[in-house]
Amino acid sequence: MSGPVQFAWPSRILHWLMAAMLLSMFFIGARMVSSVEGYSTLVAIHRPLGIAILVLATVRWLNRRIQPLPDFLPTMSGVERRMIPWMERALYTLMFAMPLVGWGMLSAARYPIVLFGALHLPPILPHSVLLYTVLRTVHGVLAYLFFATFLIHLGGVLFHTLVLRDGLIQRMVPWRARPSDSGSD
Amino acid sequence: MSLAAGIVGAVALSFLYVGGWFSPHALTPSRFVDTFEQVNGMHPGFRRNHAKGVGVSGTFESNGQGASLSKAVVFERGRIPVIGRFALAGGMPYAADAVKAVRSLALEFRLPDGEEWRTGMNAIPVFAVRTPDAFRDQLVAMAQAPGKNGPDPSKVSAFLARYPETARAIGKIKAYPSAPGFAQSRYNSLNAFVLVASDGRRTPVRWSMVPEPEAASSALPSSSSETGANFLFDALAARIHRAPPKWHLVLTLGAPNDPTSDATVEWPAERRTVDVGTLTLDDVESEETSSARTVNFDPLVLPAGIEGSDDPLLSARSAAYSVSFRRRVAEPAASSAVTPADVQGRGAP
Repeated sequence: MSGPVQFAWPSRILHWLMAAMLLSMFFIGARMVSSVEGYSTLVAIHRPLGIAILVLATVRWLNRRIQPLPDFLPTMSGVERRMIPWMERALYTLMFAMPLVGWGMLSAARYPIVLFGALHLPPILPHSVLLYTVLRTVHGVLAYLFFATFLIHLGGVLFHTLVLRDGLIQRMVPWRARPSDSGSD
Repeated sequence: MSLAAGIVGAVALSFLYVGGWFSPHALTPSRFVDTFEQVNGMHPGFRRNHAKGVGVSGTFESNGQGASLSKAVVFERGRIPVIGRFALAGGMPYAADAVKAVRSLALEFRLPDGEEWRTGMNAIPVFAVRTPDAFRDQLVAMAQAPGKNGPDPSKVSAFLARYPETARAIGKIKAYPSAPGFAQSRYNSLNAFVLVASDGRRTPVRWSMVPEPEAASSALPSSSSETGANFLFDALAARIHRAPPKWHLVLTLGAPNDPTSDATVEWPAERRTVDVGTLTLDDVESEETSSARTVNFDPLVLPAGIEGSDDPLLSARSAAYSVSFRRRVAEPAASSAVTPADVQGRGAP
């Protein structure tokens, strides 16, 4: 047990930035499916926000490889300790997969991939409506999976923080936590 | 425990609420397209509206006159390849051509910097409805009533009483002079857009493709008649083979108080217009072979320099076209009413 008390500060900033962007994206995506009049504005945010998530996911993944991790808390069970790396892999995979599938499906449908004004991305897949059909379905299914995975992560942290009261969230708060804030008390 | 579960539950329920799970009667993009399918029946592989059509291609030659109004590349002097589609409004892909059916022209301009401009225009002076809900209600009210030759008159009158702007718009549409065919029709954007100049100046705009008067040599033979299930498309194909028809892209510039959010209302006739270039369509193809078949003519695919206005129909069209596109391209492509043989140059002298 010699790890730091908290995640490194770049990791914490990247985490909350990503959290805000993903939470916005979940709700924007849900509203795009349900709103006729809000659709066009939401799509215009959805595309560049998705690409921003792809960029941030890359930065985060590189950062993740160089930063030391805090130790597991004693309150974390063996099952949890085995599950957490898989949760992390699932979340990272989805952070990369969702924007890439979205970019790919627009490419396959030969939609222009507009970010802002005249700034647009090149297609990453050939024009194929079959490919579009598959990727559009995958994009929708992954969105629900992503939201469910996010809820499991949120639920786990809240369970530790509010029920076990082990100060788990102190490891990720943007400010500097005192050593006594973390760990069971 | 209850607080933690409550937070997770509240986030999940908010997500479902925003996604429309608790408002089963609200108009969503899917339900909009469902209404077309309910009214017209299922026609797999076809657009849910403007189902019967042909693909065309040609060139837009911009004269540079629009460049001071909009920074869009399409208005710089030059030639731009265009593909497009002529169609008849309605969701019936095998309906016989009728003079009264609303004709449409959709275009995709492939700009040299990789941007695109897609526009769908109709040969009517105003759109019949102002809002997406009115559009859905119109589809239901005007649907073929069981056992009757046409819609239920009581439903139609109830609908028109509810949407007086539609009653006025239908009057204007009925009074609009009808051209003999696709090649002679004027196609109007109906919805308003906004031109953005390089200095940031914004101008409300509606645009039209105005046909060039026909040379006597390219006019229809007098023997041609309104017979055959595809007489309008046959005449178009014959005309394109004989002498490629041309249109002028004319921008109508709105004044500050002109309505941009109401496509049922015309702007005053004295508004300034600018002729910004000439469209020439020199090839026609059946949908079965045309690359236009897999284009979603979403009116909000716009280059920098053209933006959507506050017209609520624009977002609705974008949303509904996307659903229609997603559904139809996943279905097996059926043979078109206008076949590849129909559009060959057999009408040429």
